[in-house]
Amino acid sequence: MNLILIALAVLGATGLIAAVLLYIVAQKFKVEEDPRIDEVQEALPGANCGGCGYAGCRAFAEGCVKAETLDGLLCPVGGAPTMKTVGEILGMAVGAIDPKVAVVRCNGTCEARPRTSIYDGAKSCQIMHNCYVGETACPFGCLGCGDCVAACEFDAIHMNPETGLPEVDDEKCTSCGKCVSACPRNIIELRKKGPKSRRIVVMCVNKDKGAVARKACTNACIGCSKCQKVCEFDAITIENNLAYIDYNKCRLCRKCEDACPTGAIHAVNFPPRKAKPEATPVEKVSEVSGVSGVSEVSKVEGEEAKA
Amino acid sequence: MKPFIVSPAPHFHSGDSVRKNMLLVIIALMPAYVVSVMAFGWGALITTAISIAACVLFEWLITKYLLKQKSTICDLSAVLTGLLLAFNLPSNLPWWIVVIGALVAIGVAKMTFGGLGQNLFNPALVGRVFLLISFPAQMTSWPVPQGFATSYVDAATGATPLDAMKLAVQGNGAMLDKIPQAWDILIGWMGGSLGEVSALLLLAGGVFLVITRVITWHIPVSIMATVALFAAVTGWAGVLPEGMCTCDYTMLSLCTGGMMLGAWFMATDYVTSPMSNMGKIIFGIGIGVIVMVIRTWGAYPEGMSFAILIMNACVPLLNMIRPKRFGEKKKSSI
Amino acid sequence: MKSTFRIGGVHPHDNKQYSVHQPITECGLPAKAIIPLAQHIGAPAQAVVEKGQKVKVGELIAKAGGFVSANIHSPFSGTITKIDTTIDAWGMKMPAIFMDVEGDEWLESIDRSTTLVKELCNLEPKAIIEKVQEAGIVGLGGACFPTHVKLMPPPGKVAEVLIVNGVECEPYLTCDHQLMLEKGEEIIIGIQLLMRALNIHKAIIGIEANKPDAIEKMSTLASRVLGIEVKPLKLKYPQGGEKQLIDACIRRQVPSGALPIEVGAVVDNVATIYAVYEAVQKNKPLISRVMTVTGKSVAKPGNYDVRFGTPLTDVVAMAGGVPENTGKVICGGPMMGRAMNSIDMPANKRVSGLLFLPEAESMRQELTNCVRCGKCVNACPMGLEPWLLSKQAWHSMWEEMEDHNIMDCIECGCCQFTCPSHLPLLDYVRMGKAKVGGIIRARQAANK
Repeated sequence: MNLILIALAVLGATGLIAAVLLYIVAQKFKVEEDPRIDEVQEALPGANCGGCGYAGCRAFAEGCVKAETLDGLLCPVGGAPTMKTVGEILGMAVGAIDPKVAVVRCNGTCEARPRTSIYDGAKSCQIMHNCYVGETACPFGCLGCGDCVAACEFDAIHMNPETGLPEVDDEKCTSCGKCVSACPRNIIELRKKGPKSRRIVVMCVNKDKGAVARKACTNACIGCSKCQKVCEFDAITIENNLAYIDYNKCRLCRKCEDACPTGAIHAVNFPPRKAKPEATPVEKVSEVSGVSGVSEVSKVEGEEAKA
Repeated sequence: MKPFIVSPAPHFHSGDSVRKNMLLVIIALMPAYVVSVMAFGWGALITTAISIAACVLFEWLITKYLLKQKSTICDLSAVLTGLLLAFNLPSNLPWWIVVIGALVAIGVAKMTFGGLGQNLFNPALVGRVFLLISFPAQMTSWPVPQGFATSYVDAATGATPLDAMKLAVQGNGAMLDKIPQAWDILIGWMGGSLGEVSALLLLAGGVFLVITRVITWHIPVSIMATVALFAAVTGWAGVLPEGMCTCDYTMLSLCTGGMMLGAWFMATDYVTSPMSNMGKIIFGIGIGVIVMVIRTWGAYPEGMSFAILIMNACVPLLNMIRPKRFGEKKKSSI
Repeated sequence: MKSTFRIGGVHPHDNKQYSVHQPITECGLPAKAIIPLAQHIGAPAQAVVEKGQKVKVGELIAKAGGFVSANIHSPFSGTITKIDTTIDAWGMKMPAIFMDVEGDEWLESIDRSTTLVKELCNLEPKAIIEKVQEAGIVGLGGACFPTHVKLMPPPGKVAEVLIVNGVECEPYLTCDHQLMLEKGEEIIIGIQLLMRALNIHKAIIGIEANKPDAIEKMSTLASRVLGIEVKPLKLKYPQGGEKQLIDACIRRQVPSGALPIEVGAVVDNVATIYAVYEAVQKNKPLISRVMTVTGKSVAKPGNYDVRFGTPLTDVVAMAGGVPENTGKVICGGPMMGRAMNSIDMPANKRVSGLLFLPEAESMRQELTNCVRCGKCVNACPMGLEPWLLSKQAWHSMWEEMEDHNIMDCIECGCCQFTCPSHLPLLDYVRMGKAKVGGIIRARQAANK
């Protein structure tokens, strides 16, 4: 009995002393921090993806608290709702935020780009890119080893085995930009998501002269500038034999898509032609052909129908 | 014309493979195994067969149903683990204990870490030590060599030379007579587990592995040198009983028990040994010291498996030793 | 007692039996030639000819684009048709001069006779270096580093010994071996010229033990000249690596990140030295090189003297065409050479050989887990840890890679050659080296 009491007393005393010591140390070395940093961090998604340009969510929260305005600060993962919350916490106004999405600008499918060699090295785009032109003759196009897929932390990008190209899942993509920097050929670009995810993109980054580009890939942009001529909004520029659509100027009229002789311009998530978008029944949407992301179309249209 | 194959350099390979290395180790173990079979009879064959079959089966089951990966039994590593496990067991061990040992070796020590190349501890030794602690009676009733006619279960058992030695060192002079003659030890005519029998043939197997470049000399030589030095020093310090000279003691320390098997085949396991030569030497010295400490002062007569397992745990640390670099490090100007 | 370098190394089968002792044969003239402007390390050369201009063999057609660059001379006589880009064997664009070959008219100043010019012309060191620079000579061992840069040690550094690389440690290749057998006298004179240019009195010719006839021939020749010594070396790859060769010959290790001149050595390949002889004694610029065309199934493997700009298809046709079962064509040797996309490329200073591997030997084996055997650590001639570096590269740990001296890697391929798990170690290490190199350069630029 005595033994137990002594043991209890010793343990209790040790605990007490330790607690006092810990308290003193904690008080002495206390770091004064703006409590709002914690609050902002709480509001962030906590993915620590670095898409905002800061080293993780905590750093971004500190940046937000220190900043005078929230202009230029954006958590791409959380998007507008998150920034709104952050703005409320800090009592600052949040400007309009255009949600963005990663776009793979290559449509050199297996049929369009004949294989000119067989690659047998380590399965990595970066290594293949350092080694040579790749399995096809296009020195600009997708290499198909999936460095972007490996880089994505949100499971939003996948290889399509039929085309040999990666496809982005608009719903999951947070536009953090990891895939953009992972791609050794700079094919992936963060573009404005567009209303109802609708957007028009030149799906090619080949800067070779038309004939050379065409020889390597039948779907390549040949820099013919037909799209530039039909565009009424001055959104298309041609540089180094390559068309580029400025997504801030593009009004989604789809004229360039029709004008493109090689089909390098893709209009994504649009309803089928000649039908009024409002009245489109969900069933018909799934028949859209030549447009990638069919499932997204039906989803968007489905939501529209519900509304 | 067919498109050419393109890959980064080099375009040439030595032709070495994991499977080839495993096969060579198995071949190197064969001469000693033949002596074991001659010494312990059917028991040796049955124990080995059960051990190998169980290891391969468990590996196959785990890769197929638990990990859902491509089966790795073709690289022969499970066969080697099974063989080494059997070498570490007495030949009269009941079959179900062998199966448990195989399960622990493959299931716990190897596959939980992610299979070949990922495990921290030598699987066969983990299996053996698990059995030694769980079934001490069965694991320490060593059959005495009786020739091939011996049946599986009711082999006559007796003390191993190390038991005798330990008792002798601790002052039991009568045990001195039980220590076999030097020639018997070299050839392997003594009691013990399967792989404890023939020091000479195990040594030959180890040298074969060094010649075929499967292993390097660093680990076994540093272990044996440390053990010899330790034994010589203890002998010189006067620990030994009367009637036993330092020379004999050193010789016995090197040739009995799991010393040869451990130094040449278990400690040199690729996965659980350091990579740089310096690391390998420190690893070997560590094993040598620990095994002699256990043998001299510990509760067990033999400490090879414990010594190797303890040093296995140090391998990640030893792997931080960098190999000797070409040229000296130039202070970066940045 | 044969010496060798002290750390690491592997022993691949040398496979030189196919083309060894095949006499150097001149490759015929093509109808059209494409002469690339970037045949060396450093800035590409600038074309100094115009479309429609007629040129003779040996005329300067492109001027060095900087100090670390090299002149290019016309290997043929004919008319320049255009200056444009062409696609090399790896699908990348390269600037080039296109020409139609007409006849074979040489500049009068070039001595085309085969007589040996023994008398060392009374040239100042500076004049020899100028001639080397003028002739557009680059290291023909593989790196194609402009030779005149090596001959001008930076201030404060003194050259003590010239090391001549006659090692040819790459399996299959035999061009340097054959060159030593056929042009040994010229090479000895070339060595004397370089010794004079560097103002040194000692030269060591390193030759591996698998070329006993070359060792014997060069020893006999060298014994007549003061200061030149032949050093037979043990067979081990990568002995032809600059740092390894210096270690093997004079037992000095070039410090990490430094050039051979740091330990007083200048290394040149035998083919380069032959080019120096021709440039100084015969006034002939570098317009051709000996290359080995070889492989198990090649009909007529051999050593061919090819003028730059000749389509490789012509060279291959001389060797009996592309074998039926070809899976891989390698520009250079199997350890460090680059696999080619197509053989539709002009010969240039970089192509030291064409190796045709049959399909069965072309594909890599299926890879398995790393078993941590440490064979790559033992094989690495620079004392690095390839297993660790490749893992770090996989995880994008660039700072850690720099700390583990990735920049020391010479990309010799020993690690991947020896790996029993068939892991693509060098693929990842090389990728990491490129990344870390970029980071270091960016940091240096930012600090300036």
